[in-house]
Amino acid sequence: MFFWARVLEYLRFAWDALMANKIRAFLTTLGILIGVAAIIFIFTLIQGINKYVEGEFANLGSTTVYVSKFPWVITGNYFELRNRPPITIREYRALERYATYPRWMTPVFESMRTIEYRSKTLESVYVVGCNEQYTETHNTETELGRWFTASEVRSARPVCIIGQSVKEELFGKENPLGKRIKINGFPYKVIGVLEKKGSFFGFNMDNQTIIPYTTFRGYTFNRRSITIALKVENPDDLEPMKDEVRGILRRVRKLSPRESDNFAINQQDMLTDFYRKLTGTSFLVVIIIATISLVVGGIGIMNIMLVSVTERTREIGIRKAVGATRKQIMFHFITESLAISLVGGFLGVVIGILAAQVPLKYMHLESGVSVGTVLIGFFFAAAVGFISGLYPAYKAARLNPIDALRYE
Amino acid sequence: MAENPIIRLEDIHKIYTLGLTQVHALRGITLTIERGEYVAIMGPSGSGKSTLMNIIGCLDVPTRGRYFLNGHDVSQLNDDELARIRNKEIGFVFQTFNLLPRTTALHNVELPLIYNGLPGSRRREKARQALEKVGLGDRMHHKPNELSGGQRQRVAIARALVNDPSIILADEPTGNLDSKTGEEIMEIFDHLHAQGNTIILVTHEDFIARHAHKIIHLRDGKIEDIEEMSQSVEEKR
Ligand SMILES: Nc1ncnc2c1ncn2[C@@H]1O[C@H](COP(=O)(O)OP(=O)(O)OP(=O)(O)O)[C@@H](O)[C@H]1O
Ligand SMILES: [Mg+2]
Repeated sequence: MFFWARVLEYLRFAWDALMANKIRAFLTTLGILIGVAAIIFIFTLIQGINKYVEGEFANLGSTTVYVSKFPWVITGNYFELRNRPPITIREYRALERYATYPRWMTPVFESMRTIEYRSKTLESVYVVGCNEQYTETHNTETELGRWFTASEVRSARPVCIIGQSVKEELFGKENPLGKRIKINGFPYKVIGVLEKKGSFFGFNMDNQTIIPYTTFRGYTFNRRSITIALKVENPDDLEPMKDEVRGILRRVRKLSPRESDNFAINQQDMLTDFYRKLTGTSFLVVIIIATISLVVGGIGIMNIMLVSVTERTREIGIRKAVGATRKQIMFHFITESLAISLVGGFLGVVIGILAAQVPLKYMHLESGVSVGTVLIGFFFAAAVGFISGLYPAYKAARLNPIDALRYE
Repeated sequence: MAENPIIRLEDIHKIYTLGLTQVHALRGITLTIERGEYVAIMGPSGSGKSTLMNIIGCLDVPTRGRYFLNGHDVSQLNDDELARIRNKEIGFVFQTFNLLPRTTALHNVELPLIYNGLPGSRRREKARQALEKVGLGDRMHHKPNELSGGQRQRVAIARALVNDPSIILADEPTGNLDSKTGEEIMEIFDHLHAQGNTIILVTHEDFIARHAHKIIHLRDGKIEDIEEMSQSVEEKR
């Protein structure tokens, strides 16, 4: 109770100072504003991306490996990688014959193609050629209709499973099942519709169509590299499978023991690792920027607080004359300095969150504003305000009342 | 055992050091002031009146000598202990009013109570009473720049007496006022004295000093003479 009687006076003191020098307070707090905004921006952004990416990477499945020409995360010489031979259907067959660990496997052919239905045309649809096990290796399901069967793959039936966007664009409210569409001019029957996928870093995952790879035009002599997805049932089998796949491919490619692999065995954790490194780096950069602006902001606040102490010298004298103790005078100025920095902190939090919405919106991600993020913003602002207010407040508290009262 | 005098100064010296030069502002002041006295301090400019008042008011400490306030030695107290005494025991009125400019009369008067930690409603009530005592009941929500000089000084007096101090000190309280307003301010002091307050004031004006019962004449930091008034102005009336 005794304490609160004074807290109100501290707040009033700070409020007076802010109101008397609105522009000055704002300019002073810009450093804090920028620092906090940078922190909040990156936190909000990374949280938004994290929420999505973790789910998306999880979809790739931690028990699946993807054999392809390029590693997902390129660290070596790109030109050396480009000269590698493509992964072919022949190598898929070899794996199919000799590999014992994979429970499911499929070749994956990819290309952008034009799809027509009656008078409607869709350009640049992502077309995937695979076998019936793709649904297991890629954790994907049909929402309507069914997946194609092993025998349909073997006999190269012209059937397809379309994505949600393809369905909406071509069929609208019409039932697509059993309808005939043309992919690059060749007729296919729609037997299923994929579940909704959303977008991945701006790429619309629903704008795709899946067909048996045996109907993928020119698949046998495809010179473009394909991907082979292999999945184990038991996570313990993952490492043995990788060794096995590597051994088979090296044998097929007749690589001598001195030569290194000229193919890549990719895995989800490569992406998560890379992603963590990427976010870690941007995190570090922003933390450095934020630290610099917080330090600069802190110096600015200390400077303006020293000015404020000088300006209010007489007032300090009056307050001391009527009985304010050193601690009480200190609290006055600490409150003022906290008020200035918290204004910056508040604006920084708001601006940081708003600014993060732009890239998040661009990536079609929802924002994840957490209470923790906001608290971090206020914490940094308060810490800087407190620290930079200490010395000026101490200076004010030490003033001799007589000298302070006589100050002109 | 007799009751302690409210103020007892024993050989008080105050030396200001400015670089190499020293100013000996007070040179051995010994003085006793009893509860309920009404004292004026006079003397030429530079004789040490303000210096003495500041020491009595615990705004400053003596270089040498002892000061007993209500029987307690306060000459060696630290900053915060002095602050507490200023808050509880002393009401100081300055020549230049020394009010907080941006706040109302009421808030200015509340200030000592705030540092005392008195909660809101009690505090406002006491401040209001103090303002009414000095005849400013209708100006409580005015800021200093909306008040005349005399009114400002009354706010300052209200602030000085709001915490029921042992002594009220006033350093040239009428110095910045015309003689008519000065006389009004003196009536307030007379009234406060009549209610039992101990009052010490510094003045240059003879007719102001005549309100007191005792006049202390200072010269060159020493007491030159203490004049006991047979009859003060208020009793003549
Ligand atoms: N802070 C200070 N530093 C140095 N010297 C001071 C200080 N305060 C007062 N003095 C000196 O001490 C002496 C006494 O000053 P003081 O203010 O007490 O005089 P005064 O009697 O109040 O004079 P006046 O009637 O003009 O107000 C003067 O010579 C003055 O110059
Ligand atoms: Mg003086």
